[in-house]
Amino acid sequence: MGAIFSNVLNLQWQQVVMWIIGAILIYLAIKKNMEPTLLLPMGFGAILVNLPMSGAITQIYDGVKEIGVIDLLFDSGIANELFPLLLFIGIGAMIDFGPLLSNPKLMLFGAAAQFGIFFTLSLAALAGFDIKDAASIAIIGAADGPTSIFVANYFQSNYLGAIIVAAYSYMALVPIVQPPVIKLITTKKERMIRMNYTGTKVSKTTRILFPVVVTIIAGIVSPRSVALVGFLMFGNLIRECGVLGSLSETAQNVLANLITLLLGITVAARMTAEAFLNIHTLMILGLGLVAFIFDTVGGVLFAKLLNLFSKNKVNPMIGAAGISAFPMSARVVHKMGLAEDDQNFLLMHAVGANVSGQIASVIAGGMILTFFG
Amino acid sequence: MNFELFLSTLPIMAKGLAGIFLVTLVIILCITLLNKLTSGKEDK
Repeated sequence: MGAIFSNVLNLQWQQVVMWIIGAILIYLAIKKNMEPTLLLPMGFGAILVNLPMSGAITQIYDGVKEIGVIDLLFDSGIANELFPLLLFIGIGAMIDFGPLLSNPKLMLFGAAAQFGIFFTLSLAALAGFDIKDAASIAIIGAADGPTSIFVANYFQSNYLGAIIVAAYSYMALVPIVQPPVIKLITTKKERMIRMNYTGTKVSKTTRILFPVVVTIIAGIVSPRSVALVGFLMFGNLIRECGVLGSLSETAQNVLANLITLLLGITVAARMTAEAFLNIHTLMILGLGLVAFIFDTVGGVLFAKLLNLFSKNKVNPMIGAAGISAFPMSARVVHKMGLAEDDQNFLLMHAVGANVSGQIASVIAGGMILTFFG
Repeated sequence: MNFELFLSTLPIMAKGLAGIFLVTLVIILCITLLNKLTSGKEDK
């Protein structure tokens, strides 16, 4: 009887802390509906890998190494960047680039709202992280889970678990993080600026050629990261081609959900107590928040800068939607516009900036890989 | 604190943002061209 429970003696208090962290992630997923497809498996995985002598991760029993299934999934799905890329097919299939194609200038906001990435890179370097870890942490500011995973894994960062927790948590927290920042750097008058939406018709040919053209441009500029843009755009091509309707539906729903689920539980391989419970995790959570804040600041200030030179004023809140957290950020801006003036409908402009952010964040990931890869 | 590494990242910040804006401008140009070239066809 004693032998059955002897494993209890292997339990460490750090593992119990990880159970609590896992339980918090599960709670946030279920009760607060925060990124449930990812946080729920991550939370469960955090508990699974932190059981004493857990067979879910690789262990040595009686001198013999036994490969755990979570480590196996990690090596075959994350270490080779397969899962984030497959997930991008689903995300690409979900995105309607129509508002962006009818007003391409909105792409500038997507570019400006990547400022947080580079600001955080400098800050992480100042905080003492080596340059590859700093780059991996900075990419939390891409506000785009798969890009964060791709880049952090490419640099073989020791902080993959913390980076992913931060990236997905702040994406879910966009409605809480962005409004105070936007209010701080805009006036009520600016937030009330109305923008007309003309809704220029976009041809089917443009919609089909757009993903191909973006892939070619990204491939020429940053060949190392072309898979990121390529898979995103491939998903979008499936959506727009008009002959793969059911595949597009599958990619948007079943494929994306399934891969996210596997991604979530697999990330737990890097959430063992010894890898996760350290001061660096807290620092990464703080730096992730800084990245999101300065993305927002970058987008809004760029819009204000444009207004100095343009006759048709832009509501500077649109700049904040340039971060990639899609579609939360567009919704936040739309709601804030309505709160100031109930006839101010910013949604289509915000969505255009928001999908631009998706492309710009992937380009930013490519830049980071080019600089430090 | 690594002030030296911090200073070395500042030019990267400038280059990175300039790079993103440059690629973005190329994409904007391509979209504008696509819209111009294909809208005529659709009208016909």
